[in-house]
Amino acid sequence: MEASAPALVELTDVNKHFGDLHVLRDINLTVRRGEVLVVIGPSGSGKSTLCRAINRLETIDSGTITVDGKPVPAEGKALAHLRADVGMVFQSFNLFAHKTVLDNVTLGPRKVRKAAKKDAEEAARTLLRRVGVEDQARKLPAQLSGGQQQRVAIARALAMQPKVMMFDEPTSALDPEMVQEVLDAMVALAKEGMTMIVVTHEMGFARKAADRVVFMADGQIVEQADPDTFFTAPTSARAKDFLSKILVH
Amino acid sequence: MSEFLDLLRQYDVAHAFWVNLQLTFWGGLLALGIGTVLAVMRISPLTSLRWAGATYVNLVRNTPLTVIMVFLVLAVWTQLGVTLSGDFTSNFFNFAVAGLGVYHAAFVCESIRSGVNTVPVGQAEAARAIGLPFLAAARIIVLPQAFRGAVAPLGNTLIALLKNSTVAAAASVAESSGTMKTLIEFHPDYRWQVFVTFAIGFVVLVIPIGLATTWLSRRLAVTR
Ligand SMILES: Nc1ncnc2c1ncn2[C@@H]1O[C@H](COP(=O)(O)OP(=O)(O)O)[C@@H](O)[C@H]1O
Ligand SMILES: [Mg+2]
Repeated sequence: MEASAPALVELTDVNKHFGDLHVLRDINLTVRRGEVLVVIGPSGSGKSTLCRAINRLETIDSGTITVDGKPVPAEGKALAHLRADVGMVFQSFNLFAHKTVLDNVTLGPRKVRKAAKKDAEEAARTLLRRVGVEDQARKLPAQLSGGQQQRVAIARALAMQPKVMMFDEPTSALDPEMVQEVLDAMVALAKEGMTMIVVTHEMGFARKAADRVVFMADGQIVEQADPDTFFTAPTSARAKDFLSKILVH
Repeated sequence: MSEFLDLLRQYDVAHAFWVNLQLTFWGGLLALGIGTVLAVMRISPLTSLRWAGATYVNLVRNTPLTVIMVFLVLAVWTQLGVTLSGDFTSNFFNFAVAGLGVYHAAFVCESIRSGVNTVPVGQAEAARAIGLPFLAAARIIVLPQAFRGAVAPLGNTLIALLKNSTVAAAASVAESSGTMKTLIEFHPDYRWQVFVTFAIGFVVLVIPIGLATTWLSRRLAVTR
């Protein structure tokens, strides 16, 4: 990633409340094309809300969010188009439970991008091969392990050929032995130059793949730095405290 | 005994039950159509649609079916002159189907909504996240799973509809309860036999529906 690469996702003075709770406070954040951003911070600090605001699964109270230079539309077809360009991988996978793995991956391209069935299936099989689950194509999600489901979810998002991929704690619902297979797929994606916003506490991933780490606490961006600097020499007391807790485990 | 069986044949009791089944089939189809639209309205992001759907359900669900039937036949047909068929008998039949459909649609809607509650919110979010607009997400992702989770309450609604199809008598449709009334009036000696015959007739129709929905709801359950 070049420092001069153009901004792909830009948040300016973003604020969000849930009732009285101020979950996003004056967030200013720019993600450049090809950048891999890791978002880290204690539970409840607003990391999920930040991701969800970018594709408007959550609305914001004030500020602006742009993706590829265009403000995120409020509703309708324009919003659906934006979402198609922003891949999202959820903590709980959220694969369509009544559809096969192959249908999960081809659904978006066929219904949103209007791709022909044959082309969509060919592309889907290539993606499933890339994340190592091509032999599961005919199965239902419930027949797969958590790690396999999450890799299918990554393939499903990639099938839309998104401009940016967001991952919200993609490995925290997984059994420990399945974490690595998902992280490997993500590292490979980062190496290919995908723009990524990744909420995770996996330091190994952050050190290997991230260009920048953003530390959030209480709805604010408290500190940001390259991974080495952040993990070895955090400057804020909140970050030091947080790191001391996750490093013990 | 054979005299009683002759009586049943003479009044064509089998056909009367057949009319109830037809009312149930067409009324059920109409209720399923309207109920699905109502359910989509009630889960839609538009406040006005949600409000309209909720109003329909609460209004219709709390109105007696007989009141709806009588209104359709006396007010809509007799006074406003709306006809649903040129043929006299079919006209009454169609009004009865309309009444049954409109009424049970409210229950179908609530059954489907209970099915929607069995679908995790993550399913709809994932659908929106890949760029599916609301209607496509509802049609392709949420409703198919909701129907599969709503088989049991939908079955109960169908059973209620079959029993309620006797209210079509109020719309002058010659169906089983009307035939029963005539039989008891003109052949009071057989009042017990007549009652038992019609009661058993309905039990025989209802039990298989109950069994089928229990079986279907297990078979169609979405594994998560
Ligand atoms: N839909 C919601 N309604 C009300 N409060 C919410 C909702 N979603 C999240 N919150 C609250 O907002 C805060 C931030 O949540 P979240 O963004 O999920 O944090 P994180 O992902 O960092 O753990 C938390 O206190 C959470 O309880
Ligand atoms: Mg979270």
